[in-house]
Amino acid sequence: MSQQTTAHQTSANDEAHWRKTTNLMWTHLGIWFFFGYVVHMFAPALNKIIILGFPLGFYMAAQGSLIAFVVQLFLFAKQQDKIDREFGVAEDD
Amino acid sequence: MATQTSRGGDEFIKNLAKIYGFYTGGFLAFVILLAILEQVGVPNRILGYLFVFFTIVVYGVIGVLSRTAQVSEYYVAGRRVPAFYNGMATGADWMSAASFVGMAGTLFLLGYDGLAWVLGWTGGYVLVSVLVGPYLRKFGAYTVPDFMSFRFGGNFARFLAVIVLVACSFTYVTAQIYGTGIIASRFLGMPFEVAVFVGLAGILLCSMLGGMRAVTWTQIAQYIVLIVAYLTPIVILSTKNYGLPIPELTYGQAIADITAREGQMIKEGLATAANLKPHIQPWINYTPLNFFAIIFCMMVGTASLPHILMRYFTTPSVREARKSVAWSLFFIFLLYFSAPAYAAFSKLEVYTNIIGRSIEDIRPWMFTWGELGLIKVCGKDAASLQTVIDACKAVGTNVVRLQDFSINTDVIVLSTPEIAGLPYVISGLVAAGGLAAALSTADGLLLAIANALSHDIYYKMIDPNAPTVRRLMVARILLLMVAVAAAWTASTRPADILAMVGWAFSLAMAGNFPALVMGIWWKRATTAGAIAGIIGGFGIAIFYLVCTRYFPGYGVSYFGMSSLPSPAGTPLVDLAKAMAAPNAMETWVAASHPMASKVGWFGINNIAAGLIGMPVGFLLIYVVSLMGKEPSREMQAFVDSIRKPRGGTILQEKE
Repeated sequence: MSQQTTAHQTSANDEAHWRKTTNLMWTHLGIWFFFGYVVHMFAPALNKIIILGFPLGFYMAAQGSLIAFVVQLFLFAKQQDKIDREFGVAEDD
Repeated sequence: MATQTSRGGDEFIKNLAKIYGFYTGGFLAFVILLAILEQVGVPNRILGYLFVFFTIVVYGVIGVLSRTAQVSEYYVAGRRVPAFYNGMATGADWMSAASFVGMAGTLFLLGYDGLAWVLGWTGGYVLVSVLVGPYLRKFGAYTVPDFMSFRFGGNFARFLAVIVLVACSFTYVTAQIYGTGIIASRFLGMPFEVAVFVGLAGILLCSMLGGMRAVTWTQIAQYIVLIVAYLTPIVILSTKNYGLPIPELTYGQAIADITAREGQMIKEGLATAANLKPHIQPWINYTPLNFFAIIFCMMVGTASLPHILMRYFTTPSVREARKSVAWSLFFIFLLYFSAPAYAAFSKLEVYTNIIGRSIEDIRPWMFTWGELGLIKVCGKDAASLQTVIDACKAVGTNVVRLQDFSINTDVIVLSTPEIAGLPYVISGLVAAGGLAAALSTADGLLLAIANALSHDIYYKMIDPNAPTVRRLMVARILLLMVAVAAAWTASTRPADILAMVGWAFSLAMAGNFPALVMGIWWKRATTAGAIAGIIGGFGIAIFYLVCTRYFPGYGVSYFGMSSLPSPAGTPLVDLAKAMAAPNAMETWVAASHPMASKVGWFGINNIAAGLIGMPVGFLLIYVVSLMGKEPSREMQAFVDSIRKPRGGTILQEKE
C-alpha cells in the first residue's frame, strides 16, 4: 500500500520507524505465506519422505507449520519491540 | 482464589500463578477422587453428573466473585490482564466445541484434508499480531465498532460494523450452544432441546454478572480444564501402545499402522478402493483450490473476529498485547498439534477393533451413541444389538465392513476413551473439557454481541447520556435476549458445527478485514471508501452464502453459478437434471436438496465465501477512497498515533 503525499506532517523519526515496521510486516507475511501455503503445495511429493512414521507432507501440515507460527510470533513481538525502542516510541517499562 | 478476585487489587494480579496453580491441583485431585469413586463402584451416570455440575459450579463461583459494575472492568477487565494469562483466556475463548469436539473428528474423517482447519485456525494469529491487534489496543476501544466509528468518522460505519459483528458472532455462538447441547444430552441423559438450555444457564452465570472481567478469569479456569481433558486420553493411549507418553511423537507409528491396515482391509474385502480414503493422501475430500481457500478464510477470519480482537484490549500495554498473541497461539497450539494424534489413535482403534469384527461382538458403548443417532451400523442407528443384527442381515453381512460403519465426527473425541476401553472417569473428564470449551467460547461471543448492542448501539447511538448503571443493565438484558435467541436457533439443529463456524469466519473476514487493515495501514482510506468496502464485501459474501445454500437454482439461472467439482474433477451435481426437477429454483431449498451448497463461482465452496467478499472489499475501499478527498489532518495524525505504542490510549472513556 503506497503512501500518498499528505498535508499532515509526520516527523522523520516517525517515518523511519514506520518504514522499518512495514518491512518487518512484509517479512513476517512472507514467512506466514511460506508455511501456510507454499510448503503444502508440495505435500504429495513431500509425503514420499518418511520420518519416524510421519510422511513429511502430512507432518508439515499437522505440526511443522504450527511450530513455525508459534516461534514466529514470539520472534515478531521481540523484533517489533526492538524497533519501537530504537526510535524511542516504545512504552515505558 | 476467588475472595481475592472480588477485591480485584494488584495483589490478585501478583498472585495469579499461585491462585491458578492451586486451582489446577484442586481439579486434578477432583479427577483422582472420581477415579477412586469409580473403582469403588459408583455408577457412571453419577460420575457424569459430578463432573458436569462441579465444573459448572466452579465457573459460576468465579463469575459471581468477579462481578463488577465499573465500565472499564466490565468491557476490558480494567486493561491489566498479563500477556500470559490473557493468552490462556484467549485460548479458551478461541477453542470452541468445534475445536475440542469436532477437530479430531474432522481429521479422522477427512485425513490430510482436515488439516486445512488446523492450519487455518493457527496461522491466523500471525495476521492478528502483525496487522491488526496491537494497533487496536493502542487505540483503546471497548469494541471493534468503536474503532470503525472513530477512524471512519461517524455512526454509520459503527452501525455497519455492529451488523457484521452480530452476523458472524451469532452464527458462531449458535454452533457453540449446539455443541453444549450434544455433550449435555449425552452425559446428563436429557433431551437435546432441554440440554441446550441447561448449557445456556451455565454460560449466562459466567458472563452476565461481570462482563469481560468475569469472563477472563473464568476462561483461564476453563482453559486448564479443557487442556487437561484433551491431553489425558491420548497421553494414556500413547503410553499404552507405544511406551512413550508424548502422543505428538508416537502417532507417526499409528499413522504407519493405519496405512498398513488400509491396505490389509482392501485385501480382505473389508473396504473397497472406492470407499476407503487413505489417511495421509492430500486432496481427496477437497479440491486443492478449496483446501487452500479454507486455510485462507480461516486465517483471515481469525484476524477479523470481534470476540478475538477484543481480547487484546484487556492487556496493560501494546507490547503485552503482542506477547499475548504469541501466548494465545502457544496455548491453542498445545491442543491443535495434538488433534492429529487424537484422530490417528482413534482411527487405528476403529480400524482394528470395529472393522472386521463379527456383528455379535459389537461393544456396548456404541449403543449409547447409537441411541442418539450418532453411530450407524449397516445404515441404521446402532441403538441396540438386535437392531444391528437385523440391519446387517438385511444388508447381508455378518462382519462390520468399512462401508457398514458410520460415525458422526462430533463423537470421535467424546467416545475415544470408550473405544479404547479406558475407565469411565476419562470419558467424564473429556466431557467436562468439551463443555468448558463450548462454554468459554459462547461466553466470549455473547459478550461481544451484548457489548456491541449496549455500548455501540444503545450508549453511542441512542442515549449518549445514559448513566453507567443503566448501560450495564441494558448490556445484561441484551445478553440474555441474544443468548435465548441463539439457544432457540441451536435447538432446531440448523447445520453441523464445522459448517456454521466456517460461515462465521467468512462473514467476519469479508466484513471487517479490509476496513481494519486499510484503516491502520493506509492513511488515505476515507469514510466513503470504508463504507463502500464493508457493504460491498460483506454483502457479496452473505449473498454467496445464502444463494448457494438456499437458492442455488437462482444462482445457476441468473448469476452464472455452476456445479462445484469433486476432487476427482467431476461435477458434484448434474445441473441439467437438477434444474429440471420441480421447484428446483422457485423458493427456499432444504439443506438436503441435491443442489444446496453444491453450486458456486470458480468452484469455491460457500464455507470460503469470504474469499469472494474480501477482495471486493479491498478494491472498493481503494477505488472509492481515491475518488474522494483525502482524510483530514486530524485523522492522519490519529493514524500516526496508533502506529506508535508510546503515549496512552487514544480513546479515553469516561467512567
